[in-house]
Amino acid sequence: MRRGIGYEVLKTAIAILFSLSIAILIILCTSNDALNALSCLVVGPLKNTRSFGNVIEMMIPFIFTGLAFCIIIQTKEINLGIDGSFFIGAVAAAVIGSQLQLPAVIHPVVAILAGGVLGGMICLIPGILKAKWNANEIVSSLMLNYIMIYLGIYIMKSVIRDYSANGVVSEKLSDTAMLSTIVTGTRIHSGLILAVTLIFICYMYLYKSKKGYEIRLTGHNRSFAKFSGINTTKVILSAEFLGGMIAGIGGATELLGMYTRFEWNSSPQYGWDGLIVATIAKYNPAVVPFAAFFLAYIRIGADKMSMYSDTPRDVVLIIQGVIIILVTAESIFLSKWQHKRLLKLTTTRSRLDEGNCQI
Amino acid sequence: MSQFFSAVISTTFGYSILRVSTPIIFASLSALLSDRVGILNMGIEGIMLSAAFIGVVVSAATLSAWIGLLSAAVLGIVLGLLFGFVTLRLKANSLLSGISINLIASSATVFLLYEITGERGVSSSLKSFTLPNVDLPVIKSVPVLGAILSGHNVLTYLSIICVVVLYVFLFKTRLGMRIRSVGENEEAAKSVGVDTQKVKYIALCLSGLLAGLGGAFLSMGYISMFSQNMTAGRGFIGIAASAMGSSSPVPAFFASLLFGTFDALANMIQDGRIPTELVQMIPYIATILGLTLMAARKISLKGKNARTVEKKLYK
Repeated sequence: MRRGIGYEVLKTAIAILFSLSIAILIILCTSNDALNALSCLVVGPLKNTRSFGNVIEMMIPFIFTGLAFCIIIQTKEINLGIDGSFFIGAVAAAVIGSQLQLPAVIHPVVAILAGGVLGGMICLIPGILKAKWNANEIVSSLMLNYIMIYLGIYIMKSVIRDYSANGVVSEKLSDTAMLSTIVTGTRIHSGLILAVTLIFICYMYLYKSKKGYEIRLTGHNRSFAKFSGINTTKVILSAEFLGGMIAGIGGATELLGMYTRFEWNSSPQYGWDGLIVATIAKYNPAVVPFAAFFLAYIRIGADKMSMYSDTPRDVVLIIQGVIIILVTAESIFLSKWQHKRLLKLTTTRSRLDEGNCQI
Repeated sequence: MSQFFSAVISTTFGYSILRVSTPIIFASLSALLSDRVGILNMGIEGIMLSAAFIGVVVSAATLSAWIGLLSAAVLGIVLGLLFGFVTLRLKANSLLSGISINLIASSATVFLLYEITGERGVSSSLKSFTLPNVDLPVIKSVPVLGAILSGHNVLTYLSIICVVVLYVFLFKTRLGMRIRSVGENEEAAKSVGVDTQKVKYIALCLSGLLAGLGGAFLSMGYISMFSQNMTAGRGFIGIAASAMGSSSPVPAFFASLLFGTFDALANMIQDGRIPTELVQMIPYIATILGLTLMAARKISLKGKNARTVEKKLYK
């Protein structure tokens, strides 16, 4: 599995460059002020501390949802409930953050844990429906996302809505619940530390622990895992719970770190972004921060571009889809070359083996 | 409460069920075709959205709703082909490439709309056309049925015709049989000389065409403009309806009607007494329940069949 790592990196890099050149081409064709638009996109996020801070702030939720997808997709099951888990995690944190009175450090911990547990439970629902009655997991998890968004908004409106504020928003979070800013001049909050810790934990869990091995084995070859005595259903369900939990923690962290009230009236779509991040990272937690940084960087660049030039940010959103297709495509870019290389490698190996036998 | 019941029993409600179900029927037929060759087409949502967009733009440019419809259908076929190319030729994960089509469609439509009209989100400044409503000659004068069944958009009738045509196509023609054989056992189909790649491409093109028609209905019949992400999960509900109808046209049609009923119900009881959010959840909850029930039934049927076979064998 590790053998083709150089090839994978090269392929991903080509896919990203190819997609970016599509974006550049579109900008050149449609913009009257193409050079300005391009410079906003490429170096806009580096202009000042605040802009670069925006990139890191946006990276945080991407890391959480990206990690969540890594763990789930390693089992080869696809559960899209991450988006709903993220949303409900934020709602749970908003309820606890605005309604309970708790001392400083304990308050966010309780809120984040509650978000995590709820998020995990939500992600379990499609898994259980699949395990028990073989209901299509992808469809049920998609439907579940819609339900969770409506449920979250309903809870916000009926339990924690602040009628004195403008617009449909929740009551203010209490100061004890909010996560502190860790870099002055930006809004980067202590959630980043949690995100980085989780990257480490997820990597160790997936690649260095027995449970993680079971997850990967189930993904590689379900029947083999089953015959080796692994309870694959249990492994998949636990992976789904963990994924949902990480997403729920992410939602809670995002809310407590970046907002003073709960104000979403639709899904912020971080779940889908997590799928993009996990796909680029090839479902390896160690690569997730780089993929998340890349995605956040082009998003903030796109924001700058739509702010200071005539090109809307949607150009960049278009190429995200292209990147996913190119990264997951198997027979593309150098695949023949890679095939030949593997063939050569195996034939030399087998020749060597034959030689050993003769000796 | 009695007000509520009289509204449900009224003919307007019956009429609105058919109207709301139309895009779901198209989406479920589209999902069913790709499912029959063993590919889950998640891109239906995006194909519908793109078709809805192009229909509005082309009809505004050519001053003809029919050319708009044609362009939507063609775009549907092209995107179906593209999806086929990406999954079959480039061997990308079909689920992820479907999702990418959705991502690309939702941002590309907004981008192009901005480039064309300077507006973000809605196409209200484009003067687009809608497809006509049709009065059914005899049925129109039948008291209750006439009010429910007559006077629908031409695409609503087309969707019902498509159900019948697709049934005949899948179960009574050679190509239909080949499509089914590829989905059931690709190797077996290959061994008797079926060009499985070609059959898959054909099924995906037809799937794209049906999704395109569903999209055209949304922007040129259901309402008369394009708005950002106007499909709102109907493609996914269509996939659910197809799964619930075990990928057969007629059961999928009834499953779509069921979801349409819940959708219409949700539209109707948005009068403030029951919180909107709870009402809007209904179609999605119904989808999950329906999906699970049908899947569970399939398992129990399988068990039953196996038991009968066993009995026969060991008699």
